[in-house]
Amino acid sequence: MASATSGAATVEREALRREQIFGAIQRRGALVVLIAVVIVAALTLDAFFTAANIENILLHASFLGLIAVGMTFVIITGGVDLSVGSLAALGGVLAGLSVGAGWPLALIVPTLACGIIGLVNGLLIAKARLPFFIVTLAGLLGFRGLALALSGAQTIPISGPPAFTWFGQGEIFGLDVPIIIMLVAFAVGALVLNRTRYGEALFAVGGSEDAARLSGVPVDRVKIIAYTTSGALSGLAGALVAAWLSAGQPLVGQAWELYAIAAVVLGGTLLTGGAGTMLGSLAGLLLFYTIQNVINQVGTLTSYTQQVVTGAFLIVVVAAQTYLTRKRTY
Amino acid sequence: MSGRTATAGASFDRAAVVSWLRDQGVYVALVLLVLFNLVFTTNFATSGTILGLLSQATPVLLVSLGLALVIGTGGIDLSVGAIMAIASAVVPLYLGYSWPVAVLVALLFCGLAGLLNGFLVAYVGMQPIVATLALFVGGRGFAQVLVDGQLQTISNGSFLSLWRAAPLGIPLPVIIAAVMAVLVGLVVKRTTFGRYVLAVGGNRTASYLSGQPVRGVLLAVYAISGLFAGIAGTLATARLAAGDPSQIGLLIELDAIAAVVIGGTPLTGGRVSIAGTVAGALLMLVISATFVMNNLPPTYAQILKAAIIVLAVYIQQGRRKV
Amino acid sequence: MSEQETSILEVREVTKRFPGVLALDNVSFRLRASEVHALVGENGAGKSTLIKVITGVHQPDAGRVLFDGQEVSFASPREAQEAGISTIYQEINLIPLRSVAQNLFLGREPRTSLGLTDTGRMKREAAELLERYGVEADVSAPVRSLGIGVQQMVAIVKAVSLEARVVIMDEPTSSLEAHEVETLFRVIRQLREDGVGVVYVSHRLEELYEICERVTVLRDGKVVHEGNLAELPRLELIATMLGREVPEVEQRTAAHAAREARAGEPVLEAHDLTAYRAPQGVSIDVRRGEVVGLAGLLGSGRTETAKAIFGAQPLESGTVEVDGKDVNPDSPGAAIKSGLAFLPEDRKAEGIIPDLSVRENIIAAALPRLSRGGFVSKKAQDELVERFMTRLDIKAASPDQPVGELSGGNQQKVMLARWLCMEPKVLILDEPTQGIDVGAKAEVQQLIAELAQQGLGVVMIDSEPEELIEASDRVVVLRDGAVVDTLSGDDLDEENLVGAIAGGEPSQPTQDGGDGDER
Repeated sequence: MASATSGAATVEREALRREQIFGAIQRRGALVVLIAVVIVAALTLDAFFTAANIENILLHASFLGLIAVGMTFVIITGGVDLSVGSLAALGGVLAGLSVGAGWPLALIVPTLACGIIGLVNGLLIAKARLPFFIVTLAGLLGFRGLALALSGAQTIPISGPPAFTWFGQGEIFGLDVPIIIMLVAFAVGALVLNRTRYGEALFAVGGSEDAARLSGVPVDRVKIIAYTTSGALSGLAGALVAAWLSAGQPLVGQAWELYAIAAVVLGGTLLTGGAGTMLGSLAGLLLFYTIQNVINQVGTLTSYTQQVVTGAFLIVVVAAQTYLTRKRTY
Repeated sequence: MSGRTATAGASFDRAAVVSWLRDQGVYVALVLLVLFNLVFTTNFATSGTILGLLSQATPVLLVSLGLALVIGTGGIDLSVGAIMAIASAVVPLYLGYSWPVAVLVALLFCGLAGLLNGFLVAYVGMQPIVATLALFVGGRGFAQVLVDGQLQTISNGSFLSLWRAAPLGIPLPVIIAAVMAVLVGLVVKRTTFGRYVLAVGGNRTASYLSGQPVRGVLLAVYAISGLFAGIAGTLATARLAAGDPSQIGLLIELDAIAAVVIGGTPLTGGRVSIAGTVAGALLMLVISATFVMNNLPPTYAQILKAAIIVLAVYIQQGRRKV
Repeated sequence: MSEQETSILEVREVTKRFPGVLALDNVSFRLRASEVHALVGENGAGKSTLIKVITGVHQPDAGRVLFDGQEVSFASPREAQEAGISTIYQEINLIPLRSVAQNLFLGREPRTSLGLTDTGRMKREAAELLERYGVEADVSAPVRSLGIGVQQMVAIVKAVSLEARVVIMDEPTSSLEAHEVETLFRVIRQLREDGVGVVYVSHRLEELYEICERVTVLRDGKVVHEGNLAELPRLELIATMLGREVPEVEQRTAAHAAREARAGEPVLEAHDLTAYRAPQGVSIDVRRGEVVGLAGLLGSGRTETAKAIFGAQPLESGTVEVDGKDVNPDSPGAAIKSGLAFLPEDRKAEGIIPDLSVRENIIAAALPRLSRGGFVSKKAQDELVERFMTRLDIKAASPDQPVGELSGGNQQKVMLARWLCMEPKVLILDEPTQGIDVGAKAEVQQLIAELAQQGLGVVMIDSEPEELIEASDRVVVLRDGAVVDTLSGDDLDEENLVGAIAGGEPSQPTQDGGDGDER
């Protein structure tokens, strides 16, 4: 080994520098881009930097935000949950169906039911070793069907109680309740990710399942908890949407899984697993919605442009991730 | 361990049954379901119904054929639905020139989309799920941008006849799908390229060390998948008599993956069953038809299909464990 | 050798069978506290199987494992670890994207009173651990960014910090620089003082003599020697490993009779091949009809050199000429076109395509020649397959049988058939006789000799010195990626070869790879 001292040392120094650059981009990149976009938009668009518009962006983002928290956990394990959009629809329908029995149930039933579904997803993926994209893609199809079936393909109107609709339409200190719930979710998510044993275990499983197993990490349980959380948060998001719309809509959440993935990946979480931050996911989420808002304001571009832009972003970001994380061939 | 010999007899039988199910199950299920419908579903046994069903199955079947090749290399293509939408957007735009031009341009776009996927997988080294996810997200939006989000009705009779024509009484789409199925089957069984696909999926390193053009093969299968999705999208557009990127190809990836997997092609690659894929595509359609024709809510069909897919993959997984 | 002293780890009469192979045959092994015990043997002697039985990866078919006097049967390495047996593997089992501190404390992170991870304390304690064992690294740096030697040191620190009573080290120095090896030895001495028993597996004999007290030698699954290392001279150790009597080793090997120098022209000339870690400036020439052996310890760069010649490994510099023409292959496809062929060491991972048939596997490289207009000519294909199955006597139910079902020996013949049907000019073989039964081994060796006689140039890697000498006209010895010696003619005998491989007098680990001007 030492025979190539100067050669090996330069290579290692280069690797360390590349590592540092990559780490910085991965952790803070989305935030930097978000700030830049906000600044540019504020300077060039009159209607952008108003309290009403900013709150508008945040409110729209808050529902997907809950989902993004759960999706961050799942993606860190190296998988993806494609069923989140359909689970949100199911959650909304369940909320509509159970609101008659009291507002607490209208929140608990969707969260619990979708959480259990997430648990089943996790079991199939971790224990039965089925590919995650098959299981969650089947979920995307099946649970949309269930939402449609349970609601008779109709919107379920929710006229009360006001305690329930408050969760979607109310305010605390001038801020919409869903926004506060989203921020709380991100905060708790960040705490779990960075400050608990579960968080460490999550990163280990995503980084190297074999090494994690050898170190005694309960790999299966870690994965199952991630998918359960994703399911539960999706159900809750659906219930909040229902509270906001005053209706349980079975067609809500279409393509949300993709937007959630895009937000999380843009935020710097590696799609291959093992690295990610809640702040990054939040930044990616807000970036996504800010771009949409800007596109709407500019007016000449359609909202479909956003999908294209998101897709293009995804390619660039993931290609960069692939390039920067590739193993050095010896 | 004592008692092992005692259980060995029972488990041998179970293993044999499961293995047979894995390989032939799709044909059995298809035959059973068709028989059920012949008996219980009114109007099922008419030639009109049967031909109509076969026509309906063609988009899924075409997509499944291309997907089977991708899965044969051990990959996956989630963007097939979005690529169909791209075809549906492009065709109306060029019908002004003539319908062959419109179709060719659409196929060109779709082939290029597939090449993009292939490039990301083969040269950038992305995992196939990730690479095709980008088009899954952005492809449909791209199609919408092309048509400004508008639905384009089509009145070009020659183009519409792609769906409606029925030479010798057989709908043209069915003929096209049948020809493509035979072609792909031939490719897999007899061509050098087919050998390469199976080798790349079976053991990529061994294939590489044997001097096989691994990257080229990967590029090609994704391009082919895109192309086939383009053909499927074109036919679906003719059926709808409108270019509608918001609807065409929606959720078809699951049906197509299901058709391939249920048909006996493992997701891990190395083996491709085209006959099984055809049977799988037909099975998916007959399930939907069973519900619709018996006035059951189609959403239940959706749920059932989802469950079947998970089950089929689970059964297939067992093969690798042993 | 006092049997009154209790062993901390004991393996009693353990036997382990795999299909077709008796990996461990009535093996007994004893490790005492505060002892560093060398476990030695050639590839396939049973060392790794023994470790896997101890740590719970495999269950023995007969015999028992005792830990601290109690019989144990671990279901997984994790259980063994929790009980107090820690293993350091050759592959670094760390999470690359996580920091040193996070890796060291994975699964047992220190917590604050609120139950949250105490990152401050984790970093502090990690730094203390590194300092205690003399490893220099930033505890917050992702493991991936560290040099591979430092990574291995971190993995070692992690394993020893788990308060284990027994630490098993499997080739721990394979990635370490000289000064890191010194650090490792300091760690081991510290462990010994702390009462820990260490099992040390290594090919590097000079290391064993420096750090170990006792030695157990395995050969073909049996224990052939156990005792104090100080009482076993180097040469005798080697002889025991190889199964030879010492006087026999000292004699010129009779089998290696005079070989007529084959006066063929050079068919392969590789100059100054250099890649990332190995090879380092390696040059190899092969003439028509010549068999050149590549020898060296594990990690000496033989496979990398072979792959570099074949274009399967990116080269930083160097040239490859076949028949006088510059070919410089950048891919196996290009190499094959210029007449090279390569048989990989790991049949399962890099060689056979298990689900495909014997026929498919044989024609895998020949497809361009068998195709007309993109279609595979069935007639040409069948004829080729038939010819080579007969010539190599490949035993299979039919050419359509999935190759994964064949025995190791027949699989190897299929691999050889794949290359021979290309009529190559140079055949590069990486451990061609590994993992196959005696009968097939003989057939393969015979075949190689015939091919050389017919004018093929052969480069052969073989870890059995005896086999290599038997087959080769010349042997090139590698260490640390560079050529350190070349033996031919009368100098090519077992003692010299083993000596060249093992590296001369027991001394300090090489300070720099250099040109191997030792002794």
